[in-house]
Amino acid sequence: MTNHRPEFINNLGPRILAVMKKNVPFLILLFLLLLFSFIAPNFMTFGNLRTLIRQISFSGISAVGLMFVMISGGIDLSIGSQVVFSNVLLAIMMVDWKLDPALAIPLILLVGTILGAVNGYLTISLKIHPLIITLGTSQIFKGIGYIINRSRNIMGFPDSFRWFGQGYVWGIPVPVIIMIVVALIGSFILTRTYFGRKVFALGGNEEAARLAGVRINSMKVILFMICGFITSITTVLLLSRVFTGQTITGQGLEFDCLTAALLGGVSFKGGEGTIFGLIVGIIIIGVLNNAMQLASFPDFSQTVVKGTVLLIAVAFDVYQKSRKSKETIAKVAA
Amino acid sequence: MDPKVILSLENITKKYPGVLALNQVSMDFLEGEVHALLGENGAGKSTLIKAVAGAIDIDSGIIKINGQEYHKITPSLSRSLGVEVIYQEFNLVPALSVAENIYLCEKNENSILFNAKEVEKKAAKVLEQFDVKIDAHSMVQDLSIADQQIVEIAKAVSKKVKILIMDEPSAPLSVSEVEMMFKIIKRLKNNGVTVIYISHRLEEVFRISDRVSVMRDGCYVTTKNTKETNRQELINLMVGRELKESYPARKNPPGEIALEARNLTGNGDRNISFSVRKGEILGISGLVGAGRTELAQLLFGAAKMEQGELLIKGIPVKIKSPSDAIRHRIGLLTEDRKGQGLFLEMAVKWNIVFPIVKQISKYGVVNTRKEEEIARHFKERINIKTPSLLQQVINLSGGNQQKVVLAKSLAAESDILIFDEPTRGIDVGAKQEIYHLMTELADNGIAILMISSDMEELLGMSDRIIVMCEGELAGEVQKAQFNQNYILDLASGIH
Repeated sequence: MTNHRPEFINNLGPRILAVMKKNVPFLILLFLLLLFSFIAPNFMTFGNLRTLIRQISFSGISAVGLMFVMISGGIDLSIGSQVVFSNVLLAIMMVDWKLDPALAIPLILLVGTILGAVNGYLTISLKIHPLIITLGTSQIFKGIGYIINRSRNIMGFPDSFRWFGQGYVWGIPVPVIIMIVVALIGSFILTRTYFGRKVFALGGNEEAARLAGVRINSMKVILFMICGFITSITTVLLLSRVFTGQTITGQGLEFDCLTAALLGGVSFKGGEGTIFGLIVGIIIIGVLNNAMQLASFPDFSQTVVKGTVLLIAVAFDVYQKSRKSKETIAKVAA
Repeated sequence: MDPKVILSLENITKKYPGVLALNQVSMDFLEGEVHALLGENGAGKSTLIKAVAGAIDIDSGIIKINGQEYHKITPSLSRSLGVEVIYQEFNLVPALSVAENIYLCEKNENSILFNAKEVEKKAAKVLEQFDVKIDAHSMVQDLSIADQQIVEIAKAVSKKVKILIMDEPSAPLSVSEVEMMFKIIKRLKNNGVTVIYISHRLEEVFRISDRVSVMRDGCYVTTKNTKETNRQELINLMVGRELKESYPARKNPPGEIALEARNLTGNGDRNISFSVRKGEILGISGLVGAGRTELAQLLFGAAKMEQGELLIKGIPVKIKSPSDAIRHRIGLLTEDRKGQGLFLEMAVKWNIVFPIVKQISKYGVVNTRKEEEIARHFKERINIKTPSLLQQVINLSGGNQQKVVLAKSLAAESDILIFDEPTRGIDVGAKQEIYHLMTELADNGIAILMISSDMEELLGMSDRIIVMCEGELAGEVQKAQFNQNYILDLASGIH
């Protein structure tokens, strides 16, 4: 060894690399922000950024729900359809049945929770992977949404309902504040509570969790209920934002949530994920959507880009996993 | 005439980030010998095998096979030279037949189609050599572990193997199945095949091997003729210091009855009655498939009890789920610690406190200071070797993983502990520590049930042994009557 530089300088390179590797999603986000601020002149304006974060808040909220299910090793592909159904139902409640929002909103939160319970109950009773279960229920929920909607645009909500999706507190859009609150509570539950431990245990090793006394089945149902509950918050905000009850609202929402979760390091196999990563993932998706709209990409090209991003996110997840297992093999073999 | 050197390693070095897995290792293997390879976990045995099999690239050194020198070996090259490895984890496709597995990668020159009938015939012929009753047509997933092992060997033999490397082949096998495997190894040896045999069980090394090489910390230590060495010497060579291998003496006699089972039936077991006292180690013997693990699952509520009664300290209890068992202070240390005992990707302390995380939470929020305290306490008490409590369990050695499993049960303050194969795949040093811990626990009044396929360990550790055979209790043996052959007879259903 002819290298006489101090140890820490020699290690600096690998260390920076290690830190960067851990924060790949964050670096991607920085890169995209820089890129778009150069190529899209309207991108880095206060007005646009505010629009951007309001856009992401809707999928951001339900992504937190999805994350609970994903960390436990499950998946919920019915999020978008839950919104389609509840959105129409909430509109009917307020317009056709003339219910006060103060009653209709808690009711729809209950309905959302029940939809989640249906997913959970089917998963444990049919013993089929939730991927298939929720693929099935997503069609059912969406179909019922269409049926009760009867091809109408439902309008005529009370003005008091406008605040949730369109209001501001200190200049911050209400949905953004709600997203932050949901994310903070979600993060607290996952990282600090006894319940959170059980979620990670379930996703990390289901059999070990069972033998450690975790009631696997009730946990699964509860997690789907949490996901349904949080998703119905999104329903309320979206309807208040759009102010028209229609079946288009919410469609494809699960796609953005799933991509964001995977980008942010929530593992497809469960047992891993942080709220910070999830938020970064959500912002990446939001930035992409927003920039593509600014650059007036045709709709279909946007779909191509989004599909590509999902696959990259999955590839990244798998790559991280295999890198880890390689390191582990190296350690075990040594 | 000296036998021919078939495989020769010269100064093999392999570095992994942070560790020197193989350090200038040189070794010779002779044609037609059974050569045992010994070393603690982390000594570099697995890395060495992988180097020969071409599963990893070595950094420097030469591998000579049949006189030919190689600097770099690929898996296919190694295969073509007649090297076959049977890893601890089987490489079989469960949903294919035995014959299809044996000839999985074989190409047929005459046809692109897979001729099932012909392959089955060929496979049956290969299996005939082993005089076993395995139907070449049956699915691998329907076979016992022991039969799957034989299929692995058959797979190797069908490829005209010259050097057969076996990594802990006896680990999943019961005593009589090991006997059968030894017969097969002897037959291969007579046909001129070199067998490299890796095992933690020294008695097997003495029974089967001609020569034995010892590795330690990535270095080659020495090679001995098996006939000219002894247990104690090999152990000292492996650990690099004097280490007494013994079963620690117990201070306190067993107390009152802690757990009594009456006519337990379910999960494939029938009519099992026994009792275990506080401070007693009750050994449970039997062949693989005798229903021992199933019994543990019954006691722990992990499987459904159809009939029977369980009494804890004389009081009847209903245990319907693992959480019931934990509430009654029963702890289970499963045989498959990676699959059932541990959360591999989680931190050491996370794992240790998991079963009691509810108790150390207030309003559902985990008290992390208490968590740290408890984890640190057990890390020190049972000497878990980990750089930090935040280390992922997956990065620990087998012995230390087993200690984390043990720490979990201790943290839960179990009164009754069920150990299922507590020392499987663990090196000599860690084994001793586990034995000492079990003894200490028994001395402190904990009732221990120990399922083990290692006869020596059973005889050494138990106060009493019950023997199971085909899901039923075959007999009970008191310490004064301990006798390996008698227990084996009971286990095979002879008595």
